Amino acid sequence: MALLEVSNVSKQFGGLAAVSEVNFHVDQGEIISVIGPNGAGKTTIFNLLTGVYDVTEGKIVFNGEEIQNKKVQYIVNAGIARTFQNIRLFKNMRTIENVMIGFHQNTKYNTFDSTFRTPRFRKYEREAHEKAVEILNSLGFGKYIHSYAGNLPYGEQRKLEIARAMATGAKLLLLDEPAAGMNPQESEELLQFIKELQDKGFTIILIEHDMSVVMNISDRIYVLDHGRMIADGLPEEIANNQMVVEAYLGKSEDDAAD
Amino acid sequence: MDKRDKIVWLVVLVLLVAFPAVGLSRYLQRVSSLIFIYMILALSLNIITGYMGQVSLGHAAFYAIGAYTSSLLSEHFGWNFLLTCLCAVLMTGFIGWLFSIPTMKLSGTYLAIITMGFGEIVKVLIINWESLTHGTYGVQRIARPEFFGVEMKTTNNGMYYLCLVFVVLTVLFCIAIERSKLGRTLRAIKDDPMAASLMGIELSHYKRLAFTISTALAGAAGALYAHLSGYIDANSFNSDVSMMILSIVIFGGMGSIKGMVLGAAILVSFPEVFRFVAEYRFVVYGLILILMMVFRTDGLLGGNSKRPYTFPRFVKVKEGEVKSDGASGGQ
Repeated sequence: MALLEVSNVSKQFGGLAAVSEVNFHVDQGEIISVIGPNGAGKTTIFNLLTGVYDVTEGKIVFNGEEIQNKKVQYIVNAGIARTFQNIRLFKNMRTIENVMIGFHQNTKYNTFDSTFRTPRFRKYEREAHEKAVEILNSLGFGKYIHSYAGNLPYGEQRKLEIARAMATGAKLLLLDEPAAGMNPQESEELLQFIKELQDKGFTIILIEHDMSVVMNISDRIYVLDHGRMIADGLPEEIANNQMVVEAYLGKSEDDAAD
Repeated sequence: MDKRDKIVWLVVLVLLVAFPAVGLSRYLQRVSSLIFIYMILALSLNIITGYMGQVSLGHAAFYAIGAYTSSLLSEHFGWNFLLTCLCAVLMTGFIGWLFSIPTMKLSGTYLAIITMGFGEIVKVLIINWESLTHGTYGVQRIARPEFFGVEMKTTNNGMYYLCLVFVVLTVLFCIAIERSKLGRTLRAIKDDPMAASLMGIELSHYKRLAFTISTALAGAAGALYAHLSGYIDANSFNSDVSMMILSIVIFGGMGSIKGMVLGAAILVSFPEVFRFVAEYRFVVYGLILILMMVFRTDGLLGGNSKRPYTFPRFVKVKEGEVKSDGASGGQ
């Protein structure tokens, strides 16, 4: 059974159909890329998956449970976390604190506990700190633990966003243009990084424009244009798909004359 | 809290405890107690403004509710200060909680304007609800707090020490907040509410919580003030007071507990210390605020710390696992 099954999902903003009757599925452990020109509705799909927007129509089943129109917090708890196209770290908080915010829902004590330093407070704080250090070390972030997120180099900020999403306990990571603004060397590093995530057991949906990343890493690719899925398949199939080339580059004059 | 901070806090505390030994006049006792009360008010507003990043222009309203609750209960029932103060804290926190419900979706300038309006409403209510508040006559001859038969006065250092104890408790409480999930969460909301929400943080819950805790603390400050001055009316809690509290928070450095304490000490004592320049002191006062904001936008002690993150003592991070590079970051 697929980990995520999206069936006939549409999203309208007033009269504008941002996403129309989209179908796709993601299996456990896959890396799926969603590509398409700007304004095709890719980020809208992420917003629907994470509960930021309600769907107008359709069904989203995650891990056997319908999650469309559920609250954002509920979906995070169910195991979907995301990063953002424009990095949205907590810039004035330290790297380790950013990751600990990811543990938010699993840090189960209240203000009474923290005021009186109850055993429960100590237990969960210890757990949060230790796990945060563990995640950061496992991603080679050890030397940045004390740094404020806003001071990190650009590529590291992208990675920290992913680390923070991992900390929520997510099974499915939605990465929104992680390679945006990176130079070839940085995006090569990111590629390795995402592959490591897959080895760690994460399932990943990727929105990306950098084709060297997309073609190298994806198990399957979905192509979105004007809010519709126009193609799907293996990377090499997509690279040779006429409709995809048209969506990106427009029709050539010869074709248009037909 | 790291070692250096602890030493600073202890030294300051010892000095403050020893201070009355030099023989304070009633005037000095009153000013010091007032400074303590403003420290509590600033620490209270710091939770909403410093941590969560929301501006309140009507904090005096909650201060007033605390003062009236405590003094009226004391007047009608003759209850002990600890009990009336507790009621003031609960009452103010409750009203703060109610206030936060309709304003939940608001932030920034909109929230600021609403808090200002709320401040005015409370003031008008105090003046016109005569059967409860004695209107413009105010509440008079408010009893001094009494513990085990000893009256806390400005002649026996009682009020000084009572206010100091409240400041210490408030500081400890705020440190506990800062170094817990609540503190982290509020700062995350300040930095990026959208991202915070997508990390599973329920924004409305934390907004309510921050408002409730903050206003409850302001209520305690109000109770202290009423029993310190012995007389309150609507003018004790006008918008100047709200402005003063907000100035301390910004001047001291948003989000910094030390900043609140230092800021209150400086800004409240300033008009007293500079009496010799007479009416010009408020020009100097305004000038200092302007210069501060131009040259030190983070306030006295605000901004991101240069020191490494301090792990709680009960967290054992293995040696060598964390390579400290201070807080400077990668460049």
